[in-house]
Amino acid sequence: MQQQTRGTIGQQIELPFMESVRISFQSLMIRFGRSVITTAGITLGIAFLVSVLVNNEVTVAMKESGSKQEITTLEEEEAPGITMKDKWLIIMSLIVCVVGIANSMLMAVTERFQEIGTMKCLGALDRFVVRLFLLESGFQGLAGALIGALIGCFGSLLLGLKDYGLDLFFYFPLLPVLDEQPARFGVLLIILAGCVLGMILSVIGAAFPAWRAAKLPPAEAMRTEV
Amino acid sequence: MADVVVKTEKVVKEYRMGTNVLRALDGIDLEILSGEYISLMGPSGSGKSTLFNMIGALDLPTAGKVFIDGQDMGQLSQSQIAWFRCHRVGYIFQSYNLLHVMTALENVTLPMIFAGLSTSERRDKGAELLEKVGLGERTHHRPDELSGGQRQRVAIARAFANGPSIILADEPTANLDTVIGREIIDLIKELNVDQGVTVISATHDLKMLDVSDRIVDIRDGLVERIRNRDEIEIQVGEVGGH
Repeated sequence: MQQQTRGTIGQQIELPFMESVRISFQSLMIRFGRSVITTAGITLGIAFLVSVLVNNEVTVAMKESGSKQEITTLEEEEAPGITMKDKWLIIMSLIVCVVGIANSMLMAVTERFQEIGTMKCLGALDRFVVRLFLLESGFQGLAGALIGALIGCFGSLLLGLKDYGLDLFFYFPLLPVLDEQPARFGVLLIILAGCVLGMILSVIGAAFPAWRAAKLPPAEAMRTEV
Repeated sequence: MADVVVKTEKVVKEYRMGTNVLRALDGIDLEILSGEYISLMGPSGSGKSTLFNMIGALDLPTAGKVFIDGQDMGQLSQSQIAWFRCHRVGYIFQSYNLLHVMTALENVTLPMIFAGLSTSERRDKGAELLEKVGLGERTHHRPDELSGGQRQRVAIARAFANGPSIILADEPTANLDTVIGREIIDLIKELNVDQGVTVISATHDLKMLDVSDRIVDIRDGLVERIRNRDEIEIQVGEVGGH
């Protein structure tokens, strides 16, 4: 026996963008404690990176200023600019930052697989689920990175004050000096770059697991245990 | 005779576990009529939850076909499946699956957001549904502020959000005590009768027996037997008499 068709199946509608923004923001705010922990991962990564970069800028600026009376390390003998050790530190901090953020976001999304499966049961399209997580991770990344960049910058500032005293304020490399070799980016640009990097990394870190979960049949997503 | 709402044709589902293949469903043929209250019964690992997932388009069969309202589920696009889950089916789960960041009302209105209802429509309809399941006073409580029975009531209200024709309930009473479980069963039955929706429930709760129109016993991935309510009542009586 073949059944008769009662009503056809429609196409699921797209949701307004603002609705996604509202839901993702609300979701972040309500699980504030968990969000803070995830965000802390981003904050620490970016704080480390920014502090290394700012420290570097400060050292170069102070060397060039000729204010060497306070410098007692071996670096004194070296030409101004980024040393091998600095390069190594920057690369390390970048790796720590990338891995830390990716790990935070991966955990945060994986523990919500059941939620993703449930949303799909209720009629959410895959791309809606992914968009929700991208927005959430974007907010989180921006907030975490901004705080991290400021903390990192402040830390380097304190370190610089200890090393160079108040002279630091006269020569503080706030703005970029691009016509020099090697180019100096200045603290403001470093903070901005830190924010952008933190946001991009956390969005990428969230996108992969969110996309994978959204593609799964809901039954499988809900079965997945963390 | 009532319309056939769900029809499965030789549905097979296999899970791959390393090098082993586990055949959870071994060719299920089943027809479910509109307005029926069906219980899929069987021990753990019998395949009843897998069958439940196939009927609800929550997972795809390895072979065979599932028709709902005459539509072959395997032929639908992603967007059509999402529409189908949103409008045609209401899901109730053993562990409620409420979003714990949302209030009862927000949980109930979430499927309405996916259906494109306006904010005021959602609020009114959500409040009405919560009233209907006896939670009119608790619309702004979050799931962790509700008891298990109340959470399941929210889940039931959510399942009815977009006026579905089929309710799929996966072990809806497994996490509840006998009294609360009974209340939940009665509520589902009441909605089944009032709204004429088809209820398909995977369960091993014997309390489900006397509200079910038919019981489908699943064993080792096959339909072992199908019993009608009158046969069941005799059996329940026998059990009670011992």
